[in-house]
Amino acid sequence: MRERLAAAIGLCLLVAAPFVLEAMDEAFLLSVLTRMLAYALAAAALDLVLGYGGMVSFGHGAFLGTGAYVAGVLLHHRSDGSALVAWPVRIGGTAEALIAWPAAALVSGLLAAAIGAISLRTRGVHFIMITLAFAQMVFFLVLALPQYGGTDGLMVPGRNVLAGASLEGDAPLYWVALALLVAFLAFGRSTMAARFGLALRGARMNERRALALGVPVYRLRLAAFTLSGAVAGLAGAVLANQSSFVSPDLLSWQRSGELMVMVILGGQGTLFGPVLGAIALLAAEEELAAITEHWMLILGPALLLVVLFFRGGLWPLIAGKRGDG
Amino acid sequence: MTATLFAEQTLNGLQFGVMLFLMAAGLTLIFGIMDVINLAHGSLYMAGAFVGGTVTARTGSFLLGVVAGAAAGALIALLLELTVIRRLYRRDHLDQVLATYALILTFNEGVKVIWGPAPIFLAAPEMLSGTVEILPGVPYPAYRLAVICAGVAAALFLGWLIGRTRTGMLIRAGTTHRETVQALGVDVGVLFALVFAIGGALAGLAGVMAGPVLAVQVGMGEQILILAFVVIVVGGLGSVKGAMAGALLVGLADTWARAFLPVLLRGLLPPSSADQVAANLGSVAVYLLMAVVLAVRPQGLFPRHA
Amino acid sequence: MTIARRRLLGTAAALPVAGLAAPAIAQSGPLKIGMITTLSGPGAALGNDIRDGFNLVVKNAGGRLGGVPVEVVVADDALRPENGRAIAERMVRRERIGVLTGIVFSNVMLAAAPVILPSATYVSANAGPSQLAGEQCNANYFNVAWQNDNLHEAVGQYVTQKGLQKAFLVAPNYPAGRDALTGFKRFFKGEVVSETYTRLDQLDYAAELAAIRSAAPDAVYIFLPGGLGINFIKQYAAAGLRARTPLFGPGFSFDQDVLPAVGDDALGCFNSSQWALDLPLPANRQFVDTFEAEYRRLPSLYASQGYDAALLIGSAIAATRGRVGDRAAFAAALKRADFQSVRGSFKFGNNNHPIQTIYMREVVKDGQGRVVNRTIATAFEAHQDAYAAQCKLPA
Repeated sequence: MRERLAAAIGLCLLVAAPFVLEAMDEAFLLSVLTRMLAYALAAAALDLVLGYGGMVSFGHGAFLGTGAYVAGVLLHHRSDGSALVAWPVRIGGTAEALIAWPAAALVSGLLAAAIGAISLRTRGVHFIMITLAFAQMVFFLVLALPQYGGTDGLMVPGRNVLAGASLEGDAPLYWVALALLVAFLAFGRSTMAARFGLALRGARMNERRALALGVPVYRLRLAAFTLSGAVAGLAGAVLANQSSFVSPDLLSWQRSGELMVMVILGGQGTLFGPVLGAIALLAAEEELAAITEHWMLILGPALLLVVLFFRGGLWPLIAGKRGDG
Repeated sequence: MTATLFAEQTLNGLQFGVMLFLMAAGLTLIFGIMDVINLAHGSLYMAGAFVGGTVTARTGSFLLGVVAGAAAGALIALLLELTVIRRLYRRDHLDQVLATYALILTFNEGVKVIWGPAPIFLAAPEMLSGTVEILPGVPYPAYRLAVICAGVAAALFLGWLIGRTRTGMLIRAGTTHRETVQALGVDVGVLFALVFAIGGALAGLAGVMAGPVLAVQVGMGEQILILAFVVIVVGGLGSVKGAMAGALLVGLADTWARAFLPVLLRGLLPPSSADQVAANLGSVAVYLLMAVVLAVRPQGLFPRHA
Repeated sequence: MTIARRRLLGTAAALPVAGLAAPAIAQSGPLKIGMITTLSGPGAALGNDIRDGFNLVVKNAGGRLGGVPVEVVVADDALRPENGRAIAERMVRRERIGVLTGIVFSNVMLAAAPVILPSATYVSANAGPSQLAGEQCNANYFNVAWQNDNLHEAVGQYVTQKGLQKAFLVAPNYPAGRDALTGFKRFFKGEVVSETYTRLDQLDYAAELAAIRSAAPDAVYIFLPGGLGINFIKQYAAAGLRARTPLFGPGFSFDQDVLPAVGDDALGCFNSSQWALDLPLPANRQFVDTFEAEYRRLPSLYASQGYDAALLIGSAIAATRGRVGDRAAFAAALKRADFQSVRGSFKFGNNNHPIQTIYMREVVKDGQGRVVNRTIATAFEAHQDAYAAQCKLPA
């Protein structure tokens, strides 16, 4: 009950934000908020595997970045009129979000399925290291792509259009990002409460028992991992629009680590927690960097203390209920 | 492709593998015995290099630098074990990853505060700065040969420690029968701290040994850490033997791919695209190796018998 | 001199107050100059030098640039393009800063440029991506350092001048690496025996060194930024190749940010730069002496670029009496380049990139036993980049 109330208040705040900021002549912050929402979406997606599924993926940056690249590359080809694929059929770029964003989710999802298919054969620490190593592999492959800028990243010309409507300006993209986030949270919460989610959680708590009950644990996990990767890719597409730029930095292990920190900081296994965690972490980074050049010296120990002594995360403090993680 | 070039490149691969082994051994040992994944292992490597470099510069003795680097690695590891890692033994791997990730951020910034943002200097000692003719017409850097010797010595020492001593027996028992060891009246806390310090010493040693061939700079630990992960995943977590096999395999795969792929592909493809394809394949050779090993043996080449 | 730090979300809590108070402060306080640079991570030494070089000018002039009190607002992009863009957005849109500088890396530059250039003026003290020199050149974007290819072209020219026939090229496997080698080949007339592309996180170069030995070239050219270069140079020397084949590179791999870390292994290597420690110019002597006195280390080419960026901005502030908001007048004043560059003669081409002399330097030991560069030759005089023709700006 209290959790629902907290979520509703949070939603109200996010809905009110554009009007309040506009009234205060601080519309600039809306762009910052959009970036937070995109990361929140990715962090919530990670929570699906990390919190509910107990799979500690250290490679979600790869899916986030891949999604960003797909949206960016499609816009890039659209703007210079070149072909993405010239043979056997010519496929050009597109600015239409209804095509580009599902494509981003699809490509990231396929990548997640491939990486998951190998990684999920293992458990525990193996899984952590393998997802990390595969993400590194994707990172280096992207760096080597000369046509899309390599380390320079890809300048994204303009933004996507949504069903023909422009997304230029701060507010339209903010609303879209918020809508996607709310939709995913609603979908995620209901799925996790349904049979799929129950089986996933059951497999995390006692894999042997789940197997004995006839739960196809491997396939279940692979499905969750793929879904999570796809949603992270969608978040990447939003991020590409927000910053008009795609950087391989999004695929780096630091980004993967940051996503994990967001989930834990907010509270794993709650889906709402990671959203709060993403907003809190990005705000803390900004604030600390404003205080000192050596802000990492504050952020590092602070994170350490959170992990050591404050395990539940922020959300349970507000919602009064621990997550399912 | 001449036989001497092949031999030389193979030696290069072995040398790289030995360096990776020094990192991976500590990591895998700590994991095997305490079931802790320590991302900050790379920070110990970095600390070893920076302390070793500073001591070498002050005293003019590389040997003292090596000792100081290894000692720094051990000391910091011990300190970490007592303050942080100890609280993580009963936690899940996720907490361990995050806590040690936070440590990486802290250490990197700390080193920058102490030593500044620029890389520091660490040279090989005068007597190892030349080359040795290992085969007719193939001069090989003396220092690299020294690295191979040091790595092999460290491996033998570990083998002796774990296989022949009472401590080693307890360590081995600790990995599989923790309760039994405790029942025998052994203080597991002391044992764990000791293992952590040994791992730290190896990482510090690796850092200072790498100094004369690699840049001593902030962030150097994470680069090698990820390769060390690949090594122990390939070799099998928790097994020192596996770490050795994995390290040599990764070192060889990486070096051979870079050395021979361009030559091979030039026979198959036009030169311009051959170089490009070879470079791209070379970039991911290690990860492909890992994927193949995992597809065949998910627990690695030498799985630990738990 | 006041170096203010940024505030962002903290003010969100006190928004009504800040919203009212901010414009008044902006009008009465010192002129703000935004410096986005890399102060953390492996690239931190570069940003550190640019910032210190820039601040030195402000400090020497008692907190003023061009006679106007200034406040340098410094922010760390952590070598993340995304961060650089967010900082640029805040500086330009929220703090309404009109002049920005300091970005070290091309990827951050390319990410930030679309936010900065529509409403502010940018003076690059380092990054010179080809996009911004060619078709996407901009009337409000100036580069006081170089276009990325310049230093590579200079080595290609010099190696050809020296009559060296066979060159072995090494660069990381990414576009900037390929661009660098393209720049070198643009002016190198001999035979390229191999173009080897290495991994961007490569630690060990033994395989490449063996290939170099068996290819026996007349010259080896490397473009390996930061730690990669340090690794390569150390291993090159250890493999005994330094005595056999001269090693060439751009100044980036052989300046005061890395030379102290490489030490004697770099001796005898040749590199190109638009600036050198020993250039016998009064402006340069003053720069080097005051820099060393202030920071207790020798300046690098990055520091010289930060210093020149401050001098250039100061000259335009003086010419416009601090009215940087009149962008056309400010840009026109910048374009005159009416300042004493530490590197000697300097002027802007049509694309707002330098037309300048590029020197060749050799790494030697100075009287105090420090490893430094000595200027040995001039590779180019009045050299302009290869992209200027694609830029539609008037000369």
